[in-house]
Amino acid sequence: MLGRGLRVLGHAIRTEPRLFTIGTIGSSLFGLLIIANSYVVGWVIGDIVVPAFAEHRVSTGQLALVAAVFLGISGLRVASIFGRRLGAGFMQFRMQARYRGAVTRRYLSLPPAWHQRHATGTLLSNANSDVEAAWGPIAPLPFAVGTIVMLLGALISLFATDWVLALVGATLFPGLFGLNLVYSRRMSPRQIRVQQTRAKVSAVAHESFDGALVVKTMGREADESRRFGVFVDELRDSLIAVGRLRGLFDPLMDSLPSLGTLAILLLGAWRLRTGAVEVADVVSVAFLFTVLAFPVRAIGWVVAELPRSVAGWDRVQAVLGAEGDLAYGEGTLSGTGPAELRFDRVSYRYAGGPEVLRNVSFTVPAGRVVALVGATGSGKSTIASLAVRLVDPESGTISLDGVKLPDLALSALAGAAAVVPQIPFVFDDTVRGNIALDRPGVDEDAVRAALSLAQADRFVAGLPDGLDTAVGERGTSLSGGQRQRLTLARALAGEPRLLVLDDATSAVDPRVEAAILGALRGADAGASILVVAYRRATIALADEVVYLERGRVVATGTHAGLMASHAGYRDLVTAYEKAERQ
Amino acid sequence: MSDQGTLATVRRGLALSPELRTGLGGTIVLAVLQMAGRVAIPIAVQQGIDHGIRAAGGPHLGVVARIVAFTLGALLISTLCGYLMTRRLFTVSETALAGLRARTFRHLHDLSMLHQQSERRGSTVSRVTSDVDQISQFLQTGGVQLLLASGQLLVSAAVMFVYSWQLALVVLVAFGPAVGVVRLFQKRLRAVYQASRERTGVMLGAIAESVVGATVIRAYGVAGRTQARLDTSIERLRLAQQDALRTSVTSFSSGEIGAGLALAGVVVVGTLLGVDGELTVGQLTAFLFLVTLFIQPVQIATDMLNEAQNAVAGWRRILDVLDVEPDVADPDDRGVPLPEGPLSVRFADVSFRYPGGPIVLSGVDLSLAARKKYAVVGETGSGKSTFAKLLTRLMDPVGGEVSLSGTPLTSVRFSSLRSRVVMVPQDGFLFDATIAENIRFAEPTLTDARLRAAFTELGLADWLAGLAEGLETPVGERGEALSVGERQLVALVRAYVADPDLLVLDEATSAVDPATETRLQHALDLVTRGRTTVAIAHRLSTAEAADEVIVVDAGRVVQRGPHAVLVAEEGSIYAKLYASWLEQTRG
Ligand SMILES: Nc1ncnc2c1ncn2[C@@H]1O[C@H](COP(=O)(O)OP(=O)(O)OP(=O)(O)O)[C@@H](O)[C@H]1O
Ligand SMILES: Nc1ncnc2c1ncn2[C@@H]1O[C@H](COP(=O)(O)OP(=O)(O)OP(=O)(O)O)[C@@H](O)[C@H]1O
Ligand SMILES: [Mg+2]
Ligand SMILES: [Mg+2]
Repeated sequence: MLGRGLRVLGHAIRTEPRLFTIGTIGSSLFGLLIIANSYVVGWVIGDIVVPAFAEHRVSTGQLALVAAVFLGISGLRVASIFGRRLGAGFMQFRMQARYRGAVTRRYLSLPPAWHQRHATGTLLSNANSDVEAAWGPIAPLPFAVGTIVMLLGALISLFATDWVLALVGATLFPGLFGLNLVYSRRMSPRQIRVQQTRAKVSAVAHESFDGALVVKTMGREADESRRFGVFVDELRDSLIAVGRLRGLFDPLMDSLPSLGTLAILLLGAWRLRTGAVEVADVVSVAFLFTVLAFPVRAIGWVVAELPRSVAGWDRVQAVLGAEGDLAYGEGTLSGTGPAELRFDRVSYRYAGGPEVLRNVSFTVPAGRVVALVGATGSGKSTIASLAVRLVDPESGTISLDGVKLPDLALSALAGAAAVVPQIPFVFDDTVRGNIALDRPGVDEDAVRAALSLAQADRFVAGLPDGLDTAVGERGTSLSGGQRQRLTLARALAGEPRLLVLDDATSAVDPRVEAAILGALRGADAGASILVVAYRRATIALADEVVYLERGRVVATGTHAGLMASHAGYRDLVTAYEKAERQ
Repeated sequence: MSDQGTLATVRRGLALSPELRTGLGGTIVLAVLQMAGRVAIPIAVQQGIDHGIRAAGGPHLGVVARIVAFTLGALLISTLCGYLMTRRLFTVSETALAGLRARTFRHLHDLSMLHQQSERRGSTVSRVTSDVDQISQFLQTGGVQLLLASGQLLVSAAVMFVYSWQLALVVLVAFGPAVGVVRLFQKRLRAVYQASRERTGVMLGAIAESVVGATVIRAYGVAGRTQARLDTSIERLRLAQQDALRTSVTSFSSGEIGAGLALAGVVVVGTLLGVDGELTVGQLTAFLFLVTLFIQPVQIATDMLNEAQNAVAGWRRILDVLDVEPDVADPDDRGVPLPEGPLSVRFADVSFRYPGGPIVLSGVDLSLAARKKYAVVGETGSGKSTFAKLLTRLMDPVGGEVSLSGTPLTSVRFSSLRSRVVMVPQDGFLFDATIAENIRFAEPTLTDARLRAAFTELGLADWLAGLAEGLETPVGERGEALSVGERQLVALVRAYVADPDLLVLDEATSAVDPATETRLQHALDLVTRGRTTVAIAHRLSTAEAADEVIVVDAGRVVQRGPHAVLVAEEGSIYAKLYASWLEQTRG
């Protein structure tokens, strides 16, 4: 643990050598000044105070010198504190920022399949508290390094003073180290437990607040509080366990240097008698032990933080080293206008689950509208995700204008194909930002045209700041249908060559839908469209219907043809009329 | 409110967590005892030097040994007291903070800010996580230190005055400017810590968005834009942290300068005093030790006061939440239960606006009879969901009154209201658990057999049978391991097993295929006969099947009546809506 922890720290030092050097120099200076201070005190007592008291007089020059020395040391110490604290702190903040950037970069490049396997709460704590934990020991690190320098300096000066008194230091300092080690070893499992429990508390809070509406409508606030309470109590207990250990070690740690001072007094008296040392020496050494007490703790802080640091580092590394990226090719699509989408014997399963698509084959010819029809859970959304390569099939190929999707560059693919997901996702941004997404070529005119095509222009005009109205986190200040229209406009604004609508027009008037499809189909600058729909009107607009049952394409053809030939299809799309007749 | 001073916040916080004061007297006594032990060291040094080392006729070992032995005893007692004190303090403070955490969590659920999202979620969560952690962390490290430091400060100051009041005064004067500087910096510190807390919230929000919206970000190839935003928020947090550190170090170093002044002053004045014979060498030496003992806590205290600002910033954020009265409050004991039997509804001139927004519902005046089935239809954004939330008292109207069976909603006890009135919201939320657990959320005592029966009654037995793990199928975060339609099915069963007298469905089956939907509707009709149902739907099949239809347009109820009657009103909004529905379903 210690070795791994130090390696993690070594990595930080190599990354930020400049700040580390500043911090360490500051801290070493600080430590040496502490030693110097003790000797100055000894010198003042022995060489100035004792003679002055004996002779009952003192010169102003001497007093001025003493004052100047103390103030000088104090000034240097202030400088050293700035160096140590700012060096260490800035280094820590930089490392945190650097790794937060790296982790989030990874999040953005890992594919949706990976995201599905990891809870939002966990990913949040990876980027936040795990990064924080990994670089936790940096703050006291230069201080600790400085302390080691100081202890070495202290030992040397002790031996220079008197070997007997030095022996006290030689026993005491390793003792302090040892105690620190024992402490950190005992502490680390407790700290890890605290960290884990914290994550659980945060996950429950996240989820519970996410589902607040359901909690409230069902009146389960008390039960949710109980559920939360279990983890809160667990956290309380593990924090108390940490506190107890700290309560045991802290006073021990405090009293060790005091023991040293007492030993010096006793041994000093003996050495004085033998004439080996002078009063000033005893005073200096005793003073040294008193002021050592605090800095020595810094080593303990670093050591105590190491287990947490390693745990955090491992979790961060798990993200940084995660595999399964979708590799993108270099390919681009030639030509303009609608692109053809082709599924060829595509099968798919979600991680560890049963096969949800089997041997799915169909084509959306350039400029045509194909409707994807199937019962709830039959695999329509899965096909939509595959069509824009949010996931890759288990087997089979999907191609756009004859180019296999994996051969296309991400920018080429994203520029050519747009999907409107079944559940609209709205960014915490303005209406304009949500639609344009800073894509080149999506200017003010394109935004306005898309809004009016999606029939969102009227409600947007009614918003307090129009296009520049902020819509809130996930678009909460909008109604469900308004969010859907916004995401529809987003897709339209990019003038895609393939448009995939996953039940994305349920809240849109059918006339509007007809207008959208009409505006896109056929025209030179239009798009091929794959639309998931139940409405007969939408389906009737389609040139072809692909009918899906439990992940298989069971029939393809025109609406009229399928109505005539396929009973399952007929039952599905005429359900309303049937219900009415009954 | 959040600009409140530190002391005021602490006082407010202590009033809200009286547990924090449990056994405080004993803890303080122990702390003082521990401190007394620390002061024993300089006294031992003084006694040792004056009576042992510099004893007439050379160092006297026996005297020194006796002094050392005595001090050793004092040290032992002090260490023991230190242990007992920390133990007590941690137990009490962690218990109190756990209570605070739980209370805040519950309070947040009672506020409508959660579902109205007047605050970003990450920030709300941090109020029961990192804000409390901040206080706990401070109490575990800084709090003890601060307590000990103040104790040490007092004791060493007292002993200093005993040794030499002149020198003690010198020390106090030397620290005077430092105290001023620290005070001066407190306000600025509060601001910089607040800024860094806020920026943490912003960063967490940005990360959460990039994770939740990962698919959309990829589909539109806009990772660069998202990353730029993330980088900005990360960088802004770093700058705030650096700012806070710089400020706190500056404030801290003023104590350091005070220490230098004190040491210099004590030596100069002490020597002058000693020259006049008013002080022995031992006394001056002890005094120098005492000054160190005094300096240490001053340094620790300035440092910990900085930390304290951070903790107080967290505390303040919690108290600010606890101070908000629930806008939609449970009348509790003062309330009444709903009358027995099926519920009728009355909206009396109801109007509503979201905080800071325009009026979205106005002059809604209508009665719904018990046991009937109502459909609410209207354009997107017309106010249907708002109507449903008022009906179930998730929000209170800004004007007018809603009542159920003659009882004003505001006077109905929540225990009665929530068990008899249930809504399936537009975006049905599932917890990251199994299907069974999600349904038991409504009715924890439900047996597996009853659960299965519920699926069968709603005609969903086939669907359930098709799942490899059946009731034990995990639904994933927010239900994302199910298809959207399947999520709605589970949410519907969940509401159904709650067995309410008034069931409000807000687009509860909007993603379910027509065949399943009509089957479900049919089954629901059978099992919900006898209760009042209000269903919001874009699909007018729901309206056709309802006893009466309510048409909402731009925040007003413009039409109501049976489907057949409304369709016949030529040129009416409903007639148009229905014509278009026919067109789309019969195409
Ligand atoms: N993330 C996932 N993990 C595991 N299984 C999943 C996941 N997403 C979907 N499924 C399963 O895959 C099947 C197909 O789901 P899909 O979302 O494609 O259906 P759909 O046809 O879009 O249904 P709906 O009409 O309800 O939207 C369903 O049985 C569903 O339970
Ligand atoms: N939390 C909110 N804050 C501010 N405004 C809101 C909020 N929720 C809804 N609104 C606004 O109130 C109006 C009515 O919204 P509501 O959700 O009631 O519409 P709806 O009829 O349910 O629409 P839909 O059919 O799209 O679900 C809309 O203009 C919407 O923008
Ligand atoms: Mg779907
Ligand atoms: Mg709605």
